[in-house]
Amino acid sequence: MELRTKFARLAYLMLALACAPSALAQRFITVASTTSTEQSGLFKHLLPAFEQKTGIEVRIVALGTGQALDLARRGDADVVFVHAKSAEEEFLREGQGVRRFPVMYNDFVIVGPKADPAGIVHGADAPEALRKIKNASAAFVSRGDRSGTHIAEVNLWTAAGIDIAKEKGPWYRETGQGMGPALNTASSMNAYLLSDRATWLAFSNRGELAVLVEGDKRLLNQYGVMLVNPEKHPNVKRADGQAFIDWLVSPEGQAAIAAYKIEGEQLFFPNAGEPGA
Amino acid sequence: MLPLILEDVSFVVGGRAIIDRISCDLAAGPRTVILGPNGSGKSVLMRLCHGLLTPTSGRIVWGGNVDDGRPRAQAMVFQRPVMLRRSALANVTYGLALAGVPRAKRERRAREVLDAVGLMQVAARPARVLSGGEQQKLALARAWALEPEVLFLDEPTANLDPGATREVERIVDEIHASGTKIVMSTHNLGQARRLADEILFMSGGRLADHAPVEQFFAEPSTGEAASFIKGELPWS
Amino acid sequence: MIFAADGTLWGIVLLSLRVTVTAVAVATVVGLPLGAALAIRRFAGRHVLLVTLNALMGLPPVVVGLVVYLLLSRAGPLGELGLLFTPTAMVIAQAILVTPIIAGLSRQVLEDAWHEYEEQLRSLGATPTAAAATLLWDTRYSLVTVVLAGFGRAAAEVGAVIIVGGNIEGVTRVMTTAISLETSKGDLPLALGLGLILVAVVFLINAAAQVIKTAAVRRYG
Repeated sequence: MELRTKFARLAYLMLALACAPSALAQRFITVASTTSTEQSGLFKHLLPAFEQKTGIEVRIVALGTGQALDLARRGDADVVFVHAKSAEEEFLREGQGVRRFPVMYNDFVIVGPKADPAGIVHGADAPEALRKIKNASAAFVSRGDRSGTHIAEVNLWTAAGIDIAKEKGPWYRETGQGMGPALNTASSMNAYLLSDRATWLAFSNRGELAVLVEGDKRLLNQYGVMLVNPEKHPNVKRADGQAFIDWLVSPEGQAAIAAYKIEGEQLFFPNAGEPGA
Repeated sequence: MLPLILEDVSFVVGGRAIIDRISCDLAAGPRTVILGPNGSGKSVLMRLCHGLLTPTSGRIVWGGNVDDGRPRAQAMVFQRPVMLRRSALANVTYGLALAGVPRAKRERRAREVLDAVGLMQVAARPARVLSGGEQQKLALARAWALEPEVLFLDEPTANLDPGATREVERIVDEIHASGTKIVMSTHNLGQARRLADEILFMSGGRLADHAPVEQFFAEPSTGEAASFIKGELPWS
Repeated sequence: MIFAADGTLWGIVLLSLRVTVTAVAVATVVGLPLGAALAIRRFAGRHVLLVTLNALMGLPPVVVGLVVYLLLSRAGPLGELGLLFTPTAMVIAQAILVTPIIAGLSRQVLEDAWHEYEEQLRSLGATPTAAAATLLWDTRYSLVTVVLAGFGRAAAEVGAVIIVGGNIEGVTRVMTTAISLETSKGDLPLALGLGLILVAVVFLINAAAQVIKTAAVRRYG
């Protein structure tokens, strides 16, 4: 690196050190979660109660599930709160997390154009609906971003006996973006899409889209929370992070989750302590 | 510092000798005018003497010391004055500040020279809105304020009307009277006659003649000089 | 719709200004002397440096964000500072983004001025440092435009601040990241409203600079 640039970087660092104290004065934890959870508005509703009770500010960094876990692997978060059980369990096996607590679940829905060219409306079999979409070569938008939603979608294709990675065609559009942008894209293309109910309810740019398939047990979306392992990342705020986890699974936290509604509909269903969740 | 001695000085660019083996002595006292047609190398010679350019061969020696850096107490006035974006007064004090003159003395000295050149009424005005003649007088004031031992002037009146030209010549005379050696270039015969004590006549990058002014005009030692005086020297 | 979110909205606007103004200030302090040095000095490799600088003016913000993230991440070399997901990180990223712009554009302005001033300043005995300072002051009006260009770039970008800031509500959410969020939530009217506010703020700053410039020109010429 050229000398001038080195000097400049040093100057920035000194400035940063001068500025840093103000950021550290407030007691806080960093929680890596998903864009769909944040965009559902759950945190806005949930966090003030916790912060008032404990004085701990919860800073949510919202990314896709894969990114959130990677963030934690680099030690940049204290707690992860995502919804992809298999990925979370891998995280634990790597020794990156301390323990996984189930917190709540919501469900996915398959939305699509009211005109429904693939004829899936009112179906109760999600994989079957996907098979019909593929057979009709109807436009389908996928997250394509290793998010919990994307993983769930891939699992449904597999349940339908389709290896989507090999069998996709031009009708299958991978956006690599969050739930919201994917919904925007589906709305403008009049395409089918797998979405979590929470984001769907909070989404206002629906266009011609409507919920076509719901209720299948395979559409359930389980959330888990984990403390990032302080043995691997000494900077993790163990006590405060654990306090947040304890609160989420406590009767008080679970009640707060259940109380969150959009247009009178409950979005998340608390199930901490449910065996096998 | 003076005399200024040039020993076989050349300035070659791209194979062309813009200054071609010039040797001469410039002593304190006489007003030296470098005369010659356009393209003869007058401007380049001035810049070599002042130190803005370095000769490609030969030596330029001040007062017996080898030239290893520009000597101080020199100033130069260019054909087109360059003024900073500030008041006329501030342009003069700028030069004094660079020369290390203490703040208290700067403004006093600046006002002195502005008065001497007749620019007191415009001292507070932005220098860049002054007329061409006023700016050139300001440039003279700025140089004079430094009390230089040598003042170089590169065709200072080439862009001025006759009235402004007369004023500039008057100021140059006063500067000389206050003890500064004058080295000025011009292609104007009348101006050379009026201002010079000695003439350095240049042609094609060479020093074609070096004589006291009367002698130069009465008996030029080269054919080129004679032609130039008669107004017959072709464009080079 | 905007007025309902009053307190939060103010916070977002003020944070945007705080981050961008600080970043531009740092970039100016570093970039102007750098531009002056490049304009005046001749040295081996100068052409390579100029080409590099001009290329860096077009640095994609998201690339800068990624690099700064990797530096500030706990797993990275500067993780100890704990700067990730703070406004300071955003200032750092934007300063890195804007410095080449200020250095590159000012270099051009100063080089043009140097062509005009060089002989006279050297004749008066100005050292390179004194000459640089003089040029910087004399070209101040053009330099204001250069700084405003840098400001515009920083105020408009989202790629860098969203990666190193994390778009955390109340902490690192600025106008551009808020617009991005509202767009992806599908709340397009709100996103558009925020966008108009952002444009208005930038416009006001440019207008203020123009007023100051005009007044100064009248006084100093």
